[in-house]
Amino acid sequence: MENEKKLKKNPLSLQLDPNLFDRASDEEKEQIVTRRESVSFMKDAMRRLAKNKMAMACLFVLIIITLIAIFVPMIYPYNYTQQDVTGKYLQPFEYSKKEMARINAGEKVFPHIMGTDNLGRDYCIRVIYGTRISLLVGFISALIVVCIGIIYGSISGYFGGRVDLIMMRIVDIIYSLPDVLIVILLSVAIKDVISNSKNELVVKLGAGMISIFIVFGLLYWVGMARQVRGQILSIKEQEYVLAARAMGASPAHIIRKHMIPNCVSVIIITAAMQIPSAIFTESFLSFVGMGVSMPMPSLGSLASDARGGLVSYPYMLLFPALSIFLIVLSFNLLGNGLRDAFDPKLRS
Amino acid sequence: MSSKFLMYVVKRFLMALLTIFLVIAITFFVMHAIPASPFSSEKAKSDATIAALEAKYGFDKPVPVQFLNYLKNILHGDFGLSTKWIGSTVSDLIMGGFSYSAQLGLGAAALAIVCGVILGALAALCRGRMLDKIIQVVTTGLVSMPSFVIATLLLIIFALKLKVLPTMANQEGGMILPTLSLSLYPMAYITRLERSSMLDVLGQDYIRTARAKGLRNNKVIFKHALKNALGPVVTYAGPMMASILTGSMVVENIFSVPGLGRLFVNSMLRTDYMMIMGVTIFLAVMIVTMNFLADVIYKLLDPRIDLS
Repeated sequence: MENEKKLKKNPLSLQLDPNLFDRASDEEKEQIVTRRESVSFMKDAMRRLAKNKMAMACLFVLIIITLIAIFVPMIYPYNYTQQDVTGKYLQPFEYSKKEMARINAGEKVFPHIMGTDNLGRDYCIRVIYGTRISLLVGFISALIVVCIGIIYGSISGYFGGRVDLIMMRIVDIIYSLPDVLIVILLSVAIKDVISNSKNELVVKLGAGMISIFIVFGLLYWVGMARQVRGQILSIKEQEYVLAARAMGASPAHIIRKHMIPNCVSVIIITAAMQIPSAIFTESFLSFVGMGVSMPMPSLGSLASDARGGLVSYPYMLLFPALSIFLIVLSFNLLGNGLRDAFDPKLRS
Repeated sequence: MSSKFLMYVVKRFLMALLTIFLVIAITFFVMHAIPASPFSSEKAKSDATIAALEAKYGFDKPVPVQFLNYLKNILHGDFGLSTKWIGSTVSDLIMGGFSYSAQLGLGAAALAIVCGVILGALAALCRGRMLDKIIQVVTTGLVSMPSFVIATLLLIIFALKLKVLPTMANQEGGMILPTLSLSLYPMAYITRLERSSMLDVLGQDYIRTARAKGLRNNKVIFKHALKNALGPVVTYAGPMMASILTGSMVVENIFSVPGLGRLFVNSMLRTDYMMIMGVTIFLAVMIVTMNFLADVIYKLLDPRIDLS
């Protein structure tokens, strides 16, 4: 390489003479390339998760349920408020008088897969809407918890010292508040505010949903914040963080580029565990009558309404109960699988 | 009993007091942030009537003054008058419901702890065998069921289909089903806790030592393993209290138990503000006390835990 500029060496410097070094030939480069391509932590964890049959089955079930909850209401021939006075309390796959007449006239009528309720509304679509609410509450709550928890926990862990002490004291206090009571209290208060509200979305969501989101934003992030802080505290001591700081990286950059990617496993596990508790809380509130507003069904309110006719129409309880059981069970087992995959040290 | 331990207890106690104060403040200010008057209802009242009622309940004074008054009254055990159950004081209503709920809650807690610890220990001792697998599957199922599903399923099976137990709590044997439905969730949770903590303990060196010195199996299990595996179960006492409380609101409604949970739900539905405030604070005090006791007992059981 004649045209390459010869590097000059300062004669007084202790630096090695650059001219002593040769460029590596292509053959030499070839030798350094390792046989196996490097696997990132994320890929590795995903591979472990994929090997866990139970977790994959749960993931599959959850994806199916989510797809049903999103897409079926768009194509389903019945609406969750549509009533048919001639078809109250139909058994699954039974038709109402009106529908029998239409069938006799040669029309095709979509069957009521889960029967109808006390007002002749198709039960299947109501259960699907209830499932939609449950999933919505679960995912949005997890999102709220993740956002606030990461920001709070990483600031507290990164700065340490007095900032950490004060921020963690606040977390301790919030942690000791009885969360269920505060959810209920807020939903009572919010219900009153909502009943005067003109905003359609607010009315549709209902007091229970909104108060759950508020309470998750106020209270439930503390678990996540604690986990993230603990993780950050240990990452902070690592050499690569010191190196980044020595190179003049800003705190925001270090948190974003080094800390958070290394906290991902803790964040995923905690978020997955948070979802079932949010779904439980929502269904509980709806069951006692503090949840979504009236015509909108929720799995909790459906189960509550089903209590009236338990002897004659047990399936009215069965379908929402089964639905919530499947969702929560899948999330629980998937959470365990994620924990095993992302944190092999914890595996029992 | 070092002074360090005493310091811990005092610190923890002050923390509990602060929490209770915060709950009272939150409850009070959230309830007073509601724009509607507690006396507004379907029946129109004249302005003079409402003013008279507000004066009677002390709602006409500025909010901070009301708050101080409320705090002072609570310290005397006076939660004010119910605005919907006319003529009853909140304290009387709470006390009336509390006797049922305490019976129900204590029964459920005792059942959950005893059965949970036994089942968890059994599962750990038969690790990998059929019994362990059955216990694992059942408990995983149970912790995925909300309390209303458990309660209604039990109601359908035992009261409506088999007809062996009554559906209402005031009949003979009527408290069995509510107690059972309340205890199943915490029982499953404790079983899982106890199993993993027992497995952890069984792998410890001191268990090997105990076996090596020729101790009988029973003694190793009861004296060394079981005792040391109880720690996580004790810390669960606070959350268990909370879960039983929430559960009781559902279960008491399903089985018509005239307890605190049902009272609370009814006062929510009737928007009886004084009742909601009173019951919330009462229940919060119970939960915070339970948490405090659990922490102190845990510390007593396991002196290795860092007190700082």
